[in-house]
Amino acid sequence: MNVEYYSSLALVTSVVVYVLAMVAHTCEWAAARRVAADDSATAADEISATDASRRGERTVAEGTPARTAAAASSAASSRIAQTTPTLALDVADRDDSAGGTRSGSEPGSAGGAGSPEPALLQRSDRFGRMGLSLTVLAWLLSVAGVVLRGIAAHRAPWGNMFEFTTTAMVLVVGGYLILVWRVGLRWLGLPVTLLAAIGNGLAVTVFYVAVAPLVPALHSVWFLIHIVAAATSGAAFNVGGLMSVLYLLKKRAEDRGKVRGYLARVPSARRIDVITYRLHAFAFPLWTFTVAAGAIWAEYAWGRYWGWDPKETWALVTWVIYACYLHARSTAGWRGRRAAVIAIVGLASFWFNFVGINLLVSGLHSYAGV
Amino acid sequence: MTETIRTEAKSPSPEPRPEPAKLGLRGTLRFGWAQLTSMRTALVLLFGLALAAIPGSLVPQSKISPVRVADFMTEHPTIGAIYDKIGMFHVYTSPWFAAIYLLLFTSLVGCIIPRAAQYAKALRARPPATPRNLSRLPAYAQVRVSDGSQILERAAEMLRSQRYRVDVRGASLAAERGYLREAGNLVFHVSLVFLLLGVAIGSLFGFRGTSVVVVGQGFSNNLTQYDDFSAGASFTDSDLTPFSVTVKNFQVKFETGSVQRGAARLFRADVDVTDRPGAKPRAVSLEVNKPLRIGGTTVHLIGHGYAPLVTVKDGDGNVAFSGPVVFLPQDGNFSSAGAIKAPDARPDRLAFEGFFLPTAILDAQGPHSVFPDALNPALFVNAWYGPPKVETGVPENVYSLDTRGLTRFTEANGTPLKIALQTGDGVKLPDGKGSIQLDGWTRWVKLQVGATPGVPICLAAIGFAVAGLCLSLFVRPRRVWIRVHTPGPGPSVVEVGGLDRADARAGLSEDVAELAASLPARSSRAGSAAGSRESSGT
Repeated sequence: MNVEYYSSLALVTSVVVYVLAMVAHTCEWAAARRVAADDSATAADEISATDASRRGERTVAEGTPARTAAAASSAASSRIAQTTPTLALDVADRDDSAGGTRSGSEPGSAGGAGSPEPALLQRSDRFGRMGLSLTVLAWLLSVAGVVLRGIAAHRAPWGNMFEFTTTAMVLVVGGYLILVWRVGLRWLGLPVTLLAAIGNGLAVTVFYVAVAPLVPALHSVWFLIHIVAAATSGAAFNVGGLMSVLYLLKKRAEDRGKVRGYLARVPSARRIDVITYRLHAFAFPLWTFTVAAGAIWAEYAWGRYWGWDPKETWALVTWVIYACYLHARSTAGWRGRRAAVIAIVGLASFWFNFVGINLLVSGLHSYAGV
Repeated sequence: MTETIRTEAKSPSPEPRPEPAKLGLRGTLRFGWAQLTSMRTALVLLFGLALAAIPGSLVPQSKISPVRVADFMTEHPTIGAIYDKIGMFHVYTSPWFAAIYLLLFTSLVGCIIPRAAQYAKALRARPPATPRNLSRLPAYAQVRVSDGSQILERAAEMLRSQRYRVDVRGASLAAERGYLREAGNLVFHVSLVFLLLGVAIGSLFGFRGTSVVVVGQGFSNNLTQYDDFSAGASFTDSDLTPFSVTVKNFQVKFETGSVQRGAARLFRADVDVTDRPGAKPRAVSLEVNKPLRIGGTTVHLIGHGYAPLVTVKDGDGNVAFSGPVVFLPQDGNFSSAGAIKAPDARPDRLAFEGFFLPTAILDAQGPHSVFPDALNPALFVNAWYGPPKVETGVPENVYSLDTRGLTRFTEANGTPLKIALQTGDGVKLPDGKGSIQLDGWTRWVKLQVGATPGVPICLAAIGFAVAGLCLSLFVRPRRVWIRVHTPGPGPSVVEVGGLDRADARAGLSEDVAELAASLPARSSRAGSAAGSRESSGT
């Protein structure tokens, strides 16, 4: 009882901290918005600088290689000088950019030298760091909440909708934090904290049920395998879906030639597209496995591996939509914007399968307990 | 159906063709085939499949829940009739759904066969020739070395150790790796075809049926013992394994705490299995996730309920019926409905219909059960009598009563007679027509018996599909070329170019630069440069 109380306390607190993190990230976006007009010029400069460095190296390459290296690195450093600390992070993370940019791109090292409104940009960055710290704190709280829930229930804590949501949110934010650490994904902070606040918020208010043992149908090793796979691939789909939304915004801005405000500070649309694809490429085989594991479990529990239960049907629909995404991405005329829209439709289908089917449609997967 | 028509209508010519008149039959077929196997068509068909699968999850399906279909038909007669015509109540076996997935699989086969042929050719071919201008490649680096003679050999060795296929041609070298990507892609798609095959075999040769077995009684595997049974087109009765099962005991526990009160916590049936006639019975415990396997046949525990033990005596004082009567649960608290029939009662036959309530309470809603376990069991029935009926052999529902030709017992004041019994209670019927007694109650279990022969194929197919998918998404094909220029005596220039054939690859330029830097021997390094462009994908 006591452990359960602390679990709920940690989860409720995590919602509050996620909201604070979201506010901090909103301030980060808002602060960047005020320098919008000048920043777009910076972005344009960045592109031309890149082009210049390319042209430079191609022409000089025939002649003296040493000078080429110098030219490239000077182009790169001038590019850093024009950019803000957050942008520098992005440049550092750009795998395909010239090697020289990596070294000199520590956050803060180029603190606004020559950039138009350094104070405002620094403030935006400070809000961003604040948001990230709060996100880490909230994530630790939610991990504590989920672990304590498992201890209180004496089993894996994903037996009903409340538990599944909180576990999935731990994975979503955990995945985001890993990507922040590995590829500098902090620019995704606002949507991720928004999602986490909504997810955990719904969990502790609408989906909440007190600790209880499992129904016999869930007494299976597949309970661990199927649900962990579902939650992990779901987390990747969620982050991927958020990035697809951001891709569409950025792409539209790029196509109009007006990359303003915070959008100027996120990576190029192409770069977002590549990271989004990698997330989906990770999630799709896992989702395939999730559906397959579910079918195996269904064969054990219900004596048929596929029975067109609403949950199964929507898992298949989701799978097919993400298959469309992967095909679209390798089809001329469908890649880019259309593929991003498909990814978002896939995420909508995933959410409908989770929330809609659990609460609206009766079927064998009626485990919501709400 | 709309999806099929749309895609078929789409095949003729979305793009203007220069000479449509000269296409001819052969040309038209070829063009249609090319359209069907194109990625665009595959995309449309995939979307069609997703869309077509949706209504089946929202409209009740006769295969899953015939009762809900019937309810839907009575609630919405107009829409229901339309739905029935277009197969909305059996979406997944409807012609239009089949059309979509069959077209999709045709498109898939038409796509993978030429790709497999192409892949087989690519496996035997040498890596593609070195392009004339390496600096145009997405990643490019060059180094100057004092001695260019051993460079290609050293590079070949290095690339081979990184699992490249290397081909040295004169002053240049071509290397390629990541062949498994396409292999994985093909394996995935071929696996899907096998998955469909496994499903087809399962639905052609498989069967599934259920049987309600009262605790203490048994089930033997032949058609007469099933309550409902469905089998594939190629199934024959002789495919049934002749085993039998006796249910010795059934344990069930429900949550009694405040959270999720009444939720099931334990189902366990202790059964004796006789694998074939004459074999020694073995004791097995059957649980929800632990089915019983006998050869290729599985026995699952999929339901349970109550069977009141009733004794009915007729007007002559003889026992007209005695034993358990299966009542079907109507709600989560197991308010169970059923009928007790004593057709052999004389002078009048007797019949009863009503509810068995495991934890009965009587309030404003009438009698109902408030907990699924039998804490306060009671039987509430209405009673009928009528002249003896001729045995016609016409099957009738054992769970409900057809009151035609029967007269309802009434109280002295004319209201219908209502009988409420607790365990051990008995009631005499009016006018000396007999009596009914509730002796106790027992439980029954619903066993599902079935065989799905295609399962191993499906399982292997899905395993290969996931493995192939991982290869096709995570293996990154890459080509690297190296050329050595030795214009005259003195230092040579080594050019390295790289190309990624999957657009999600990272680190190409770093790898190319690293390769270039590592080529010259330590003493002879003259300088290096690396540059790159963002690879724009293939």
